[in-house]
Amino acid sequence: MQRFVDLTLNGVTYGMIYAVFALAIVLIWRATRIVNFAQGAQAMVTTYIAATLVEHQANYWLAVVVALASGLVIGGVIERVIVRPVEKGPVLNPVIVTLGTLVALEALAGIIWGGGLRSFPAYFSQIGVVVGKHRLAFSHFDIYVLVAIVSVMVLLVLLFRFTPLGLRMRASAFAPEVARLLGVRVGRMLTLGWALAGVVGALAGVLVAPKLLLSPNFMDAVFIYGFTAAVIGGLDSPLGAVVGGLATGLALSYVGGYLGSTLEALGALAMLMVVLMLRPQGVFTRVTSREV
Amino acid sequence: MAAVEVADLTVHYGPVAALRGVSFVAEEGTTTAVLGANGAGKTTLLRSMTGLVRPDRGSVRFGGDELTRLRVEDVVRRGVAHVPEGRGVIEELTVEENLRLGGLWRRRSERDGFDAVFELFPVLRGRRHQHAATLSGGERQALAIGRALMSRPKVLLLDEPSLGLAPIVTGQLMARLASLSRDEGITVVLVEQNARTALSIASRAVVLNLGRVVVADRAEAVAADTQLRHHYLGF
Amino acid sequence: MALPGTTGSAGTSGPAGARGRMPAWVWKLRLPRQPMIRHLVLAVAGGAVLFGITSAVGSYDDYQVAQIGFTAVAIAGLSLLTGANGQISLGQGAFIMVGAYGAGMVLVHTGLPVFVALIVGVAVSAAAGVVIGLPASRLRGPYLAGMTLALAIGLPALPLKYSSTFAGEQGLSINPLQPPGTVDPQRWLAWYVLLAVLIMLVLMGNLMRSRFGRAFKAVRDDEVAAALSGISVMRTHVLAFAVSAGAAGLAGGLRGLATGGVVPDAFSVALSISLLAGMVLGGTGSLLGAWWGAAILVYAPQWATSVANSLHLRQGQGSNLALLFYGVVLVVVVLLVPSGVQGALRKLAGWLAQFAGQPSQLAGVSTGTVVHKGEEGP
Repeated sequence: MQRFVDLTLNGVTYGMIYAVFALAIVLIWRATRIVNFAQGAQAMVTTYIAATLVEHQANYWLAVVVALASGLVIGGVIERVIVRPVEKGPVLNPVIVTLGTLVALEALAGIIWGGGLRSFPAYFSQIGVVVGKHRLAFSHFDIYVLVAIVSVMVLLVLLFRFTPLGLRMRASAFAPEVARLLGVRVGRMLTLGWALAGVVGALAGVLVAPKLLLSPNFMDAVFIYGFTAAVIGGLDSPLGAVVGGLATGLALSYVGGYLGSTLEALGALAMLMVVLMLRPQGVFTRVTSREV
Repeated sequence: MAAVEVADLTVHYGPVAALRGVSFVAEEGTTTAVLGANGAGKTTLLRSMTGLVRPDRGSVRFGGDELTRLRVEDVVRRGVAHVPEGRGVIEELTVEENLRLGGLWRRRSERDGFDAVFELFPVLRGRRHQHAATLSGGERQALAIGRALMSRPKVLLLDEPSLGLAPIVTGQLMARLASLSRDEGITVVLVEQNARTALSIASRAVVLNLGRVVVADRAEAVAADTQLRHHYLGF
Repeated sequence: MALPGTTGSAGTSGPAGARGRMPAWVWKLRLPRQPMIRHLVLAVAGGAVLFGITSAVGSYDDYQVAQIGFTAVAIAGLSLLTGANGQISLGQGAFIMVGAYGAGMVLVHTGLPVFVALIVGVAVSAAAGVVIGLPASRLRGPYLAGMTLALAIGLPALPLKYSSTFAGEQGLSINPLQPPGTVDPQRWLAWYVLLAVLIMLVLMGNLMRSRFGRAFKAVRDDEVAAALSGISVMRTHVLAFAVSAGAAGLAGGLRGLATGGVVPDAFSVALSISLLAGMVLGGTGSLLGAWWGAAILVYAPQWATSVANSLHLRQGQGSNLALLFYGVVLVVVVLLVPSGVQGALRKLAGWLAQFAGQPSQLAGVSTGTVVHKGEEGP
């Protein structure tokens, strides 16, 4: 019983991280109809930047803010410089370009910071909280992770639903040509979308780094599982991203816990295949008919 | 200085010429009807005026300013509003959000804007918080035009506003368009298949055929020319 | 293998001076018009050239030629699937693994000849291609990419899980080919690989020119129109997956022979991504381009290591440098030269031919075009 509770708590924590990462993926998909395969690598770079600051005696919170800010900049620059030229045209091109960016960023990180594992500070205690007679697999740090992620989600909802900027961004995503006819600078909105996704990814990076340890590839798994979550929930649905993230986190936690960690990746594959076979467009997407 | 001056506008889609050397002028505060059969180039004309399509040759001036190579959003920010074919109502947003979007770049006081639109199209007031997907054809047309008006445009381009609307609704719509031109001094360029109704509210008419201007004259003159009407306008 | 050497003139406007020095029949040489025969001629000609090259160079270079060979057939399979049929696959590495284990198990547990093992490898991968292709045919764009990515990551875990059958992390150990007489083993390996690869490529080339190949492209360009003209979209997609996987299976079997073993580690996601890179660099959709891409993939790590050494970088930074090179080149190629090396060559040949007043013959040699309509949604 204790094991089940621990696995569940573990699943929720990781699930929220996958969820917020999936949100970043959905954000970019809705804006530009592209899956940003470099999303994880961007988060890795910003986390390394924060780690470097911390190693030079900087305050943890300052490092986090710098990570978020650099996530904003990197995300925006990548859209403007690398992705903008291929946004229209064959679907293969953005895939290749973002994959190329992924490979280049990971290699660059390896060259600059070396391939070895590094630790990243957690700031809060990572020791499990004691409830009654049991020590749960849930610490102050995990509480902080959940609070941070939920806050970001709430902020995003507020931004998109209640601000003029959010309205412009939604319009640019739903109907770019019409938005242009209403004076919206659609190009800027798209860049901003990628920049925001960069911030969200950066947050996921600093939150998961203390658990996974930093290395050039450490965000690969988060990307895969976050992407799985987004696809399961439906690439067009932010709600789907959150639900998909939690579902993925829980499922992987149980698979890893009861069947062994080597099967974790296969577990994700199985989930993905099942959902894609039963409901290819994702659980929360409304089916629209294709125009011929 | 005319509100709209189009000179020698030429547009090709690959090897096909959609517009060949189209020129016309629309004076401030007037309504100009752009008429012709399907495929005559009417929609292409409007789209190249706002910049959705790049012309190969020619120029478009609004209020004396050459706007031909500007980006669409920059043309719009000079005071041109374009209600596209199919209305372009954003279904995922509510009626109010669609309207607000229209006036955003103007940063105009929203309440004034909404009041004016609801006065012109009372049917929208009741549907304010509904998603635009739930609106009927006539309501969408009202929303699209109201949204365009939120930015207080000097020039209003409309592409087939009567499409899919019942005759009664079309009549009401046209009456409101006429009042816009008359009372607010907006220059209206109206592309219409329904030539008869368009001619009834326009002061000038431009007839296109296969991308060329066949006739550009006073609306009454065009309406009176029965041979022309039969040949190019279907009535 | 990309030889413009057999291009001839169609008219009388060649440079007068050169014409005077060559016998008249040279100018009438032309690639055969019949595609099946054209492919055979190209393969034989290419094979002859490669035979000459491998005989002339040393043992290690022969080994690398073998590497280029099986990498090229893997890329060609991917090119068919992604370029001609428009299905983005990030999982080619998984099919290579299936073929490697298929052929490997036959070689390790039975006494059957090598070519039988290779055929088994191809068959098993093709079957896997059908199994994956069935659900994949319902997916588009990023959903398909995601599924194949998950496949590339998840499948290598299987041999580890069933380590008793598949010899787990250690992997299978495969005896090298026995060359006849005094032929150098690496040279023999290179010839063997090239023969197998050329046969497969000729078959694939012929398939691309047949109605199946046309169906691949029709479905890629406009699914609804293709369906309306009587093509079964699902069957076409599944066939493309099967053929592509079969090619990968051959690559896997040959790879096992070349490296002397089959280890799960070798078939990571990085392999799939590098194959995709090779495809784009060489020219998506082009069978000839697959060779360019393969050559780049085989030589780039060496080049990168030597650059790393001359820059006195730390141990192992060579591989990072190679990866950085891939990444940057991928981005730059797609932005500036989307049709890859083969496309650039074709354009160059076109310009040269125009300059000399002759039509270019290279236009017919590829399997498809890079530019294809995007598909979005599930």
